[in-house]
Amino acid sequence: MSGIRDDRAPALGDPGAEDERMLSPGAVRRAGLAVVERIRGGDLGSLPVIVGLVVIWTAFQLLNPVFLSSRNLVNLTMQCAATGTIALGIVLVLLVGEIDLSVGSVSGLAAAILAVTFVELQWNPILAVCAAILAGVLAGLLYGYLFTKFGLPSFVITLAGLLGFLGLQLWVLGSAGSINLPTDSWLVEFAQQMFLPAWASYVVAVLAVAAYAWSLVSRARRRAAANLVSQSYAGIAVRAVGLLVFLLVAAWYLNLWRGVGLMFLLFVGLVVVLNLVLTRTRWGRSVYAVGGSVEAARRAGIRVDRIYFTVFALCSALAAVGGILAAARLGAANQSTGGGDVNLNAIAAAVIGGASLFGGRGTAFSALLGIVVIQSISSGLTLLNLDSSVRFMVTGVVLVLAVIVDSISRRTRAATGRA
Amino acid sequence: MSTPLTPSPRRSRVLTMRGIGKHFGAVKALTDVDFWVNEGEVVALIGDNGAGKSTLVKILAGVHPPDAGTIEFDGDEVEIESPADSQALGIETIFQDLALCDNLDVVANLWLGRELTAGGGLDEVEMEQRTWTLLRELSAKVPSVRIPVASLSGGQRQTVAIARSLIGDPRVVILDEPTAALGVAQTAEVLNLIERLRERGHGVILISHNMADVLAVADRVVVLRLGRNNGVFNAVDVTSETLVAAITGATGAPRQGLDPQPPPPADDGKIIRLPSNAKRRRGPTGGSDR
Repeated sequence: MSGIRDDRAPALGDPGAEDERMLSPGAVRRAGLAVVERIRGGDLGSLPVIVGLVVIWTAFQLLNPVFLSSRNLVNLTMQCAATGTIALGIVLVLLVGEIDLSVGSVSGLAAAILAVTFVELQWNPILAVCAAILAGVLAGLLYGYLFTKFGLPSFVITLAGLLGFLGLQLWVLGSAGSINLPTDSWLVEFAQQMFLPAWASYVVAVLAVAAYAWSLVSRARRRAAANLVSQSYAGIAVRAVGLLVFLLVAAWYLNLWRGVGLMFLLFVGLVVVLNLVLTRTRWGRSVYAVGGSVEAARRAGIRVDRIYFTVFALCSALAAVGGILAAARLGAANQSTGGGDVNLNAIAAAVIGGASLFGGRGTAFSALLGIVVIQSISSGLTLLNLDSSVRFMVTGVVLVLAVIVDSISRRTRAATGRA
Repeated sequence: MSTPLTPSPRRSRVLTMRGIGKHFGAVKALTDVDFWVNEGEVVALIGDNGAGKSTLVKILAGVHPPDAGTIEFDGDEVEIESPADSQALGIETIFQDLALCDNLDVVANLWLGRELTAGGGLDEVEMEQRTWTLLRELSAKVPSVRIPVASLSGGQRQTVAIARSLIGDPRVVILDEPTAALGVAQTAEVLNLIERLRERGHGVILISHNMADVLAVADRVVVLRLGRNNGVFNAVDVTSETLVAAITGATGAPRQGLDPQPPPPADDGKIIRLPSNAKRRRGPTGGSDR
């Protein structure tokens, strides 16, 4: 058995396969070269977003030194959570090559349901939250039904949903139009007041990196045991230490003000969990397959309809969670919750973060990166005392730039055979 | 690891179709067609456009149920009513469009819908290992199993599609025009792959327009014309001129090159019920039933 496998990788033309496994300074350099090669080929990954973020942060810092103060960055993280959670759902529907235009309305509806059941009907807050999320799931299942049963384009279904659920939101809120959530409820405190103590933030950072490094090492071990090309321990160490330094510095800087908000932590947790589900489960693989080629997925025996149902339901559920977080942060649900630019910000965040509009490409981290870009622009322009007219225009330009980058990298991939 | 079967004259019959008929409305796509495949045998199915090749293959793939005739698999009469039935029997069909997900890598495509899991998650290591094993057995040339399928050449994509069909260890593999869009080198690669399939003991049905490919790789050539059998030939002693003549109807269902012996079962004579020459032949000029 092993005799056959020994020469497998070279025989099949996987260049550098043997060297990759060794611990040597060359391995790190080669890994770097591979990254450069991939980027040249148009496989940009998260690079454009990160470059964009650096440019945006530098520009705003030069214009207003308050921008990168820890106080402003703490606020920034808290602003990201609600819309970011909604964007996470958008990433999912984009992955299967569909769109959901109604996430704003659904989030508003969820906020309204939460406020009415919690405040007016005096339900237990947990029950109220569950009811709001359930409403989102039902909305998503309805989309899934209309989409799979009648073959309506998701664009039209969710456009109708945008109007319909906005109406439902107004009806649920009733004549009051605005319902304040009690500020002493844990829900509002969670969104406004709860921050990790400094020591806890460092512990979380270390634990997260430990889990990450452990998963990489165990994978490398299994692959090495199976005589497959595996990541070198040097490479893993570089990644883990880099991540650890980044997280510790970020936590330390945020701790200079109020620290890491629990709501932001919840959002990041959702991103990480969704990333694991997408990359490590059969369901996640099916989602990418449906986004790549519906016909191929169907012939491979994947129940495509179920994938659509679950994706739409999950997207609307995440929109509902986003609505709940937004209401909790605001301390109220009103007629404009989920209205205005929430919808478009969520979609723009997913696209700016690198989820392709053409389906099958993107990761859960697209939502995180994208929303940080959008909120940075918003926060920076607010600090400069520019009003929302400028903010909308700048966000629009950034969105177009992001889609141009997506489009160009797609062409480059096609030209270099990586499409 | 499969034990490569050395081609022996007596291979067991896998699939037998008798008197298959199929019509779509008033159009008779297939009339009284007989067809069979043995283990480790490459059968080429050729014919002009509209001869019924695709219909016959779609019956096997479970896309259309037949209107008449019987299908035997391993000696048992079976009904193939859906693609799932077909796959459950061990028939894998690779259609011309390949149906690969361009955004997924080779391993993901190979195991799509049949992913191996370990501890609740995907077992990438096991899948990748088995992918390498399979590709080695097929002597397939794929640069890496971790690159998106989109970046592979046409021949490599065909290789991936064929390798994918072998994951379930099928008895019969049907290839629909596997070399149609390929260059010379890539065609050679795919033909080589078909040889490997034969060595592994799969029955292979090859649909092709390319006489050179057919003669290079097939053991037996079945000609369809206007929905009927129009000759069965041993590939070793037939020329492409003869085949073209049979395809175009210049010669009617001849028995040359084929005595009804090759398939072993005792009821050979009944299976190869070729239409009589007198009935089919209209002479070299008026070779049409219409």
